[in-house]
Amino acid sequence: MDALLNIPVLGFILQFIIYLVHVITSGHIAPIILGLATPIALGALCGVMNERSGVVNIGIEGMMLFSAYVAFMTALYVHQAFPAEPSAFFGATPALVSGVIAAVAAGVLISLLHAWLSISVRADQIISGTIINITALGLTSYLNRLVKPFGSAGTFESFRPPDWLVNLPGVGWLLEMFTAVGPIAMSTIILVLIVQVLLFRSRWGLRTRAVGEHPKAVDTVGINVIRLRYQNVLLGGIFAGLAGAYLTLEATGSFQNNMTTGRGFIALAALIFGRWTPLGAFGGALLFMASQALGVAIRLAPPAGDLGTFLAGIQQAYPSIYNNFFTGLPYLLTIIVLAGVVGRSIPPAADGRPYEKESSN
Amino acid sequence: MIARLKSYLSPIVIPALSIFLALLVASVLIIASGLISAEGGKINLFLPLVAYRSLLAGSLGSFKGFANMIVAAAPLMLTGLAVGVGLKAGLFNIGGTGQVLMGGFTAAMVGARMADAPASIAIPAALLGGMLAGGLAGFIPGFLKAYTGAHEVVTTIMLNAMVQLTVSGLVNDVFRASGFSFARTAQVGNATLHGISGTTLHIGVIFAFVCIPLSHWLLARTTTGFEIRAVGANPTAALYAGMNPKLTMILTLAMCGAFAGLAGAIEVLRLGYYPAVFGTGIGFDGITVALLGRSEPIGIMLSALLLGAMRAGAPLMQIQARVPVEIIDVIQGVILIFLAAEIIVRRIFRLKSVDTGAGGLQTITRTYGEKVGG
Repeated sequence: MDALLNIPVLGFILQFIIYLVHVITSGHIAPIILGLATPIALGALCGVMNERSGVVNIGIEGMMLFSAYVAFMTALYVHQAFPAEPSAFFGATPALVSGVIAAVAAGVLISLLHAWLSISVRADQIISGTIINITALGLTSYLNRLVKPFGSAGTFESFRPPDWLVNLPGVGWLLEMFTAVGPIAMSTIILVLIVQVLLFRSRWGLRTRAVGEHPKAVDTVGINVIRLRYQNVLLGGIFAGLAGAYLTLEATGSFQNNMTTGRGFIALAALIFGRWTPLGAFGGALLFMASQALGVAIRLAPPAGDLGTFLAGIQQAYPSIYNNFFTGLPYLLTIIVLAGVVGRSIPPAADGRPYEKESSN
Repeated sequence: MIARLKSYLSPIVIPALSIFLALLVASVLIIASGLISAEGGKINLFLPLVAYRSLLAGSLGSFKGFANMIVAAAPLMLTGLAVGVGLKAGLFNIGGTGQVLMGGFTAAMVGARMADAPASIAIPAALLGGMLAGGLAGFIPGFLKAYTGAHEVVTTIMLNAMVQLTVSGLVNDVFRASGFSFARTAQVGNATLHGISGTTLHIGVIFAFVCIPLSHWLLARTTTGFEIRAVGANPTAALYAGMNPKLTMILTLAMCGAFAGLAGAIEVLRLGYYPAVFGTGIGFDGITVALLGRSEPIGIMLSALLLGAMRAGAPLMQIQARVPVEIIDVIQGVILIFLAAEIIVRRIFRLKSVDTGAGGLQTITRTYGEKVGG
């Protein structure tokens, strides 16, 4: 084995792969990956709801950002009015819960704007999404400067799974990944499964997929295309809202301008990577963000051997480039994945095409 | 005569009314800001007037203000072209930010190298370097779009983040100039775009004003321009007509990147160095400028002047009316909402539906997730 690991380049790659497997399955890194992937996966769910029914949504980023702000401010005000000790249930307080509810409402509200612009007004859907991004960034920065929020309502706490569960051989790390996280991250997995099953096994799912592929056919059998699209875009807003709430109320406990930093767009790439299915998009989100978690992993549990020396050397000489490399990996992977799978990954046929009844012409 | 006047005015009716409505909406926010801010606490219905008056005074009220407006507008014209020319080809380039940073960083590198060369050589060299680097940053998403189908809206946003991380890493670790309390590159010396006679006005703005008629000529009078518009209207038809849509897309996005790169170069040479954290909104403002200007070079120039006036006047507004400068970003967003939702504007002002020449804008979503013909 040692002989194998000492081969110049190949040995180095082998060392890296062995380290990756080791660190993910033993280093408590798995829950961090899920945490990073949560807003991406929720954003992608929002995208599933939109694009499966034929509406392109580039504005997920802005929806997330606006919801994150609303979640933070609502929680802060409720916290100041009714201060409460964190409860045993994920450390939930009335403030945090109302923050999540407000975020979901905000997500639905912005989705209404997108739905109206792209379904009723029949504006260009990518422009509509971009407008949402620009407006959300401007409005949240403006309000954040104006109000200058002081303090924080805190965050949800992660569940602490019992040691025996985490130490189960083979699957312990996987169980830890899905249990040693906060409530929004935990419910993301459940939401992904629910949407997956509903989309492919229910009447609503069949209708939604049909509206995304061939709205005219759906219209002919008496289903209201416009209403179904409105309904799905608004439901998608719930997920974007949850993603925003996750950022401020579960991950950080604070709000910064432009704190979404492209997550809404990574979510779109995860969606394409997952071929417009919730489970596939979830997988994409995990893959993209695992690369970012790698930086954390190396800091917590530095690899041994040549690999460790090499990484430590780079970190010593180029600290900024080293850190930025791991921060930027998800963006790079997104581009590579998009370049690799688009064309083989086929969007819903009516994606991005406004529907117009022929009689109304 | 009147009919002719109408045909000139009709394309600007909707943008002008959208701006007006957006200022009205922003007034509500400004009144609210007076209510929230610690000092005020009262409803002041005249606060929007105070704010807009100081906005005007800060931009058109004095020669210095006017110079500030031109200096702010020049890079916006270029980033506006970076989006607008792309829209003509059916491409939505929202990578202006990354292309601006690439151009700015490269200009700072070239400028620092030629710090002792005569300005007449150093400045053009640094600007050219910025253009080429920006062009490269535009070439990448163009190539990906043409040969893999990866949509430029996602790839350019990802590139924005990557360029920012890469460049700030390089400035921090490799090109950091010693003797400063923060990470920045060395001074560009003779390549600096100095202000003229006590104002901020510099000769770099000329390049922006030259690019406007140049791109008008390119789009309206040349074969390349015709191909750009043909590909924007229908890439498949362009292919069957014997054009090469892939090449046109790549060239167009590279050209867009070069415009944005030039804008970044001008901004950095004005500053004299490249700071590791170069916070500039000109890349994103370009989107507003292009959409408001209907992707026409003349429209882009007018929109850039308007936005430049707002940017130049905003600091005075923040001092006099205590309205945060970020209100400009909100106004931009609301203008765009009204532009997209023309239908409300028409209903409010009881306008009949006429063709306003938004043709190019309707084609972006069509190519979403699809491979380019051929």
